[in-house]
Amino acid sequence: MSSTRTLVSPAALARPRGRAVYWTVFTSVVLLFALAFLFPVYWMATGAMKSPDEVAQTPPTLVPKEWHLRGYTDAWDLMQLPTHLWNTVVQAAGAWLFQLVLCTAAAYALSKLRPVFGKVILGGILATLMVPAQALVVPKYLTVADLGLLNDPLAIWLPAVANAFNLYLLKRFFDQIPRDVLEAAEIDGAGKLRTLWSIVLPMSRPVLGVVSIFALVAVWQDFLWPLMVFSDTDKQPISVALVQLSQNIQLTVLIAAMVIASIPMVAMFLIFQRHIIAGISAGSTKG
Amino acid sequence: MTKTAQRRTVEKVTVRPVRAKPPERGAGRRLPDQLRAYAFLLGGLVCFGLFSWYPALRAIVIAFQKYTPGAPPEWVGTANFTRVLDDPEFAAAWRNTLTFTLLALLIGFAIPFVLALVLNELRHAKAFFRVVVYLPVMIPPVVSALLWKWFYDPGTGLANEVLRFLHLPTSNWSNGADTALVSLVIVATWANMGGTVLIYLAALQSIPGELYEAAELDGANLLQRVRHVTIPQTRFVILMLMLLQIIATMQVFTEPFVITGGGPENATVTVLYLIYKYAFLYNDFGGACALSVMLLVFLGIFSAIYLRLTRSEGEDA
Repeated sequence: MSSTRTLVSPAALARPRGRAVYWTVFTSVVLLFALAFLFPVYWMATGAMKSPDEVAQTPPTLVPKEWHLRGYTDAWDLMQLPTHLWNTVVQAAGAWLFQLVLCTAAAYALSKLRPVFGKVILGGILATLMVPAQALVVPKYLTVADLGLLNDPLAIWLPAVANAFNLYLLKRFFDQIPRDVLEAAEIDGAGKLRTLWSIVLPMSRPVLGVVSIFALVAVWQDFLWPLMVFSDTDKQPISVALVQLSQNIQLTVLIAAMVIASIPMVAMFLIFQRHIIAGISAGSTKG
Repeated sequence: MTKTAQRRTVEKVTVRPVRAKPPERGAGRRLPDQLRAYAFLLGGLVCFGLFSWYPALRAIVIAFQKYTPGAPPEWVGTANFTRVLDDPEFAAAWRNTLTFTLLALLIGFAIPFVLALVLNELRHAKAFFRVVVYLPVMIPPVVSALLWKWFYDPGTGLANEVLRFLHLPTSNWSNGADTALVSLVIVATWANMGGTVLIYLAALQSIPGELYEAAELDGANLLQRVRHVTIPQTRFVILMLMLLQIIATMQVFTEPFVITGGGPENATVTVLYLIYKYAFLYNDFGGACALSVMLLVFLGIFSAIYLRLTRSEGEDA
């Protein structure tokens, strides 16, 4: 696509030998990727459709002899997947909303409203980047317990707001919005909240999208924290429920449940892949 | 940046004297402005205070206490530290965690780099490669772990089936004391390398083509170009990712918890797993916090280096 020169020169690629090497490498990489990354997913999706005997047989079959949907329907009913999926949705949606509202407001204040001690507060927030999250789970758990938030989705929602990375991302983006634009709005009589809502947020769509995706993925993928705070089985998200139930359930049913648990995030990724991939690539080079 | 902003306000003062704001330093320092600013900050500050700053201080305090929820805490000096240090699992947990991190650096670092290097040369199906390599990252870690636990099954697992197909000796994988840790590293690498590959790809694309051209004119072959152009040009990204990976893999929990349960023979107990055990199995929150503080100090050093480097690079740019 882009004609920029890479490691191998275009001239070398144009030669017959270069071309042969290129297509050999290309084919092997396609095969390698299919085997390493697509095949396990295929194996999981079809494994759930095999009969319990077939899934345990050696050598395994590449294609199910008979296709059963029993694994999926059993998983749905026996493992109470609707409850756990709903719990996960509630936890993720709440964390997303809290993070979006509170982090945006805080980032806007730090970036544009010049609070006294603003620099100190920003420093304090950035300092938390130095503290590895998992090393703090135990005292965080005790704090949540003291507040009486165990088995309450607030135990997911509120700590999610304390995300220095997302807050800093928002603040950096707001910093780029020229002060003149905000002052113009103020002259037209808009208050601070109105300016945020009608000027800053519409201009910040890209960064809000990135933060939203980060927030949703983080909650959906988390395991240790929900494992700690939701001892009540009915409140557990799907990740915790899967592990708790994995011990005494038929293999095909468990595999089906694993597939179901993966679908929402994989679907989201396939829909927003361009944005997600662009976000990862861009975020890194800027540092 | 601030200088131009200052100049702009001054200009405005002359153009619209009626709407003139006080100069930069005093701007927004009036009490109502401050109250408004803090109203916007409040929610975020409360959350950071309760779930970040306070727990960090609390970890240090509880590390020196006998702490049982519901009972008044009792100061015990360094007893928690000595008890934790005497635990035979302590040495195992640190050894496993460091080995895991080292293996993850060897396996989970070289492979994505080579992969990105090759992908960057391919002119076709770029979107396919990017999506496929990132697919495992989007599968919930718990699912990846359960999936590989099934693959590793010594009887019916796919991993041994592949070895048999290739006429290679089979392995105990996650069930063998000497292979369990490597098996977990493979899972973590499979699940996470998508992000690393994409970041490398972005870095590789920012290398100016003229450098390769010049190197080639000087007679550098492929490997020499990798060594003298690619690696120096991506040095910073490599270093950043290395630090990030050390910080991330030192906190590994899901894979050992789900796949091996810390076994066999404590071969996969990690520091975070041990923290979890102290808190939720032994109900020993003092010990858990003592361990947390040790992990915190150890990883804090890497984080500090990381932040320092990213900041200085940001200022250069």
